[in-house]
Amino acid sequence: MAFQRDGDLNLEATELRLGPPGTTEEPEKQTHPTTTAKCNKRSLPDMNEESAGSRTNNSNVSNEKKHDRTSPPTKAQVVGWPPIRSYRKNCLQAKKMEAEAAGSGIYVKVSMDGAPYLRKIDLKVYKDYPELLKALEDMFKFKVGEYSEREGYNGSEFAPTYEDKDGDWMLVGDVPWDMFMNSCKRLRIMKGSEARGLSCAV
Amino acid sequence: MVSLCSFISYYWEEEKRMNYFPDEVLEHVFDFVTSSRDRNALSQVCKSWYRIESSSRQKVFIGNCYAISPERVIERFPALKSIALKGKPHFADFNLVPHEWGGFVYPWIEAFARNRVGLEELRLKRMVVSDDSLELLSRSFANFKSLVLVSCEGFTTDGLAAIAANCRCLRELDLQENEVEDHRGHWLSCFHDSHTSLVSLNFACLKGDINLGVLERLVARSPNLRSLRLNRAVPFDTLQKILMQSPNLVDLGVGSYVHDPDSETYDKLVTAIEKCKSVRSLSGFLDVAPHCLPAFHSICPNLTSLNLSYAPGIQGGELTKLIRHCRKLQRLWILDCIGDKGLEVVASTCKDLQELRVFPSDPYIGHAAVTEEGLVAISSGCPKLHSILYFCQQMTNAALITVAKNCPNFIRFRLCILDPTKPDAVTQQPLDEGFGAIVHSCRGLRRLSLTGLLTDQVFLYIGMYAEQLEMLSIAFAGDSDKGMQYVLNGCKRLRKLEIRDSPFGNGALLMDVGKYEAMRSLWMSSCEVTLGGCKTLAKKMPRLNVEIMNENEQTDFIFDDAQKVDKMYLYRTLAGQRKDAPDFVWTL
Repeated sequence: MAFQRDGDLNLEATELRLGPPGTTEEPEKQTHPTTTAKCNKRSLPDMNEESAGSRTNNSNVSNEKKHDRTSPPTKAQVVGWPPIRSYRKNCLQAKKMEAEAAGSGIYVKVSMDGAPYLRKIDLKVYKDYPELLKALEDMFKFKVGEYSEREGYNGSEFAPTYEDKDGDWMLVGDVPWDMFMNSCKRLRIMKGSEARGLSCAV
Repeated sequence: MVSLCSFISYYWEEEKRMNYFPDEVLEHVFDFVTSSRDRNALSQVCKSWYRIESSSRQKVFIGNCYAISPERVIERFPALKSIALKGKPHFADFNLVPHEWGGFVYPWIEAFARNRVGLEELRLKRMVVSDDSLELLSRSFANFKSLVLVSCEGFTTDGLAAIAANCRCLRELDLQENEVEDHRGHWLSCFHDSHTSLVSLNFACLKGDINLGVLERLVARSPNLRSLRLNRAVPFDTLQKILMQSPNLVDLGVGSYVHDPDSETYDKLVTAIEKCKSVRSLSGFLDVAPHCLPAFHSICPNLTSLNLSYAPGIQGGELTKLIRHCRKLQRLWILDCIGDKGLEVVASTCKDLQELRVFPSDPYIGHAAVTEEGLVAISSGCPKLHSILYFCQQMTNAALITVAKNCPNFIRFRLCILDPTKPDAVTQQPLDEGFGAIVHSCRGLRRLSLTGLLTDQVFLYIGMYAEQLEMLSIAFAGDSDKGMQYVLNGCKRLRKLEIRDSPFGNGALLMDVGKYEAMRSLWMSSCEVTLGGCKTLAKKMPRLNVEIMNENEQTDFIFDDAQKVDKMYLYRTLAGQRKDAPDFVWTL
């Protein structure tokens, strides 16, 4: 929708813009590449659009980043995608909303080896692992190192662990975030040789 | 069966010799032939077989309610007792078909009633069913026994009340995934006290409350009850009482399963479940406290079918513990929170698995918790697998090639990568080779859905190898008309083709117009076909309904042939243009 320049307000006179005074520039023109000049400043097409080739412009494929389980939810939702019956979608959505409404926070104790007292945090406040780990780092003044599936947390003498529903001590980060939130009963930041033992590849 | 017919018709070359068998004998022989396909084949052998078969057929299947008029069906099959009807196109499930498109069952019920058809069974899928239809149905057929509604809409619990009250012989009321307006519980009370014939009752999709006492009494007076699926409003202790009354249940859908594991009711439930030695199918757990699942471990070893796809509360250790007990499972519907590791447990436990469906537990986030690894694990552990629906985060050609080698018996293969144009996660190549391996290896493949980065090449493979393919679903795939052309040329048995957001245009659409009369339907949305192309097709093929759906209210749309068509649905029909189409649907 073109922005209507209203003569009454005389916005043009007070507008800051590039270019010598007296010239008028229509913002719309910039989106149409001219026939002679190549536009160097094209926005980087996301992976999907590039690979889509000659797609119709009716489909806006969601801008999903590469396989990071902590990537943010897609902003552009494609109509009718993923192909799940509305009935099923509505059921799951209703359940999710219920869980969110009912929940007054998932508070878990956090202990750190060597620290004199424990803390408590609400897991619901964080939306993914990086946020949680940053909060723990700030709370206990330590650094957690680089996570990899093979080796756990590398480059630090600390390892974040949690006790799950079955009573087992697990390394934080292995399972999808939602699953972790549902199964975490308490957190423990292990230190020293114990931590290294946990994070070594078997 | 088809080969038997050809043999017989070859052997008895002249029609005169056919009449050596009196009609009654042939009819008796035909009684043993039950599938619609086989009966269709029988009716094509010769004129007298057509006559005898048509006059004796009791069970009819109509894949598209607009392909034929109810009057014509009644005329051809005077002995009609049981009918299955499908309405909206498949993509209606995903909100791609505008709400008021059609698929009304009322005219059918009204025609059956008017012609005094002895209707006993009605099975509907994706149709609009009004309370008036249900009311008319309940009053018009004295022997009505079975009503199955799948993915339907338009009715309320008032309609169900009419069915309950008036269908005195009702044995089966099966409501699967319908959108029902719930006017609160009283419909169940409408079953008469003398109604003792119920065999199957499924009301899991109803959202409202149920009168629990009425339910318990209904179950208590239904000695033949074998299938019962409860909704969320039925709590744990009612479940326990019901199971005590019905130890002969074969199929159970648990409603709400939230309770205190230390309670007396829990112990009673364990006892009740242990008595249910016949349960083979388990579903539901619409609300669940997972640490109480062990109560069901005693029936797990007998289960052949398990549907936990509406139970996001069952995860991790509790889920795998449950599955480890289910060694005889043939059908499993599950959410992706089972993870690849959980699928490995399935693969090592469920050696008889034939059908697997893995649904995304959070479709809005665009992230699935399973990958190609889970699929590969299943394929190597479950050699009998023939049907799969798999929503996943990513896929690779190598994985698909391995799956194809492990499971050459696929009949249905539906893969959905949540990011629909994602390439091979390792090589970044298109997934053409992977799907090519699937169609090449699985010679019996009848249904296929594709996603991922796909070029025209995959369609070349499909056209070449997928000889038995009947239904193909395409989304965000292909490069040019050639893709669709390969499919139309190669897949001789194709019946249903549905395509969205793919660059196929008039060249492909018009390549072989006669083909569409050999198919049930074609759906194309957000593709490159134009109004002009559709008009050309409609003109050449008068026995097709070519419907264009345009919701943009552009009144000059109809005059601009170069305009791309947003949604096109075409289907063969003997009924001509339908009279109930809404304003935004044009039949060309």
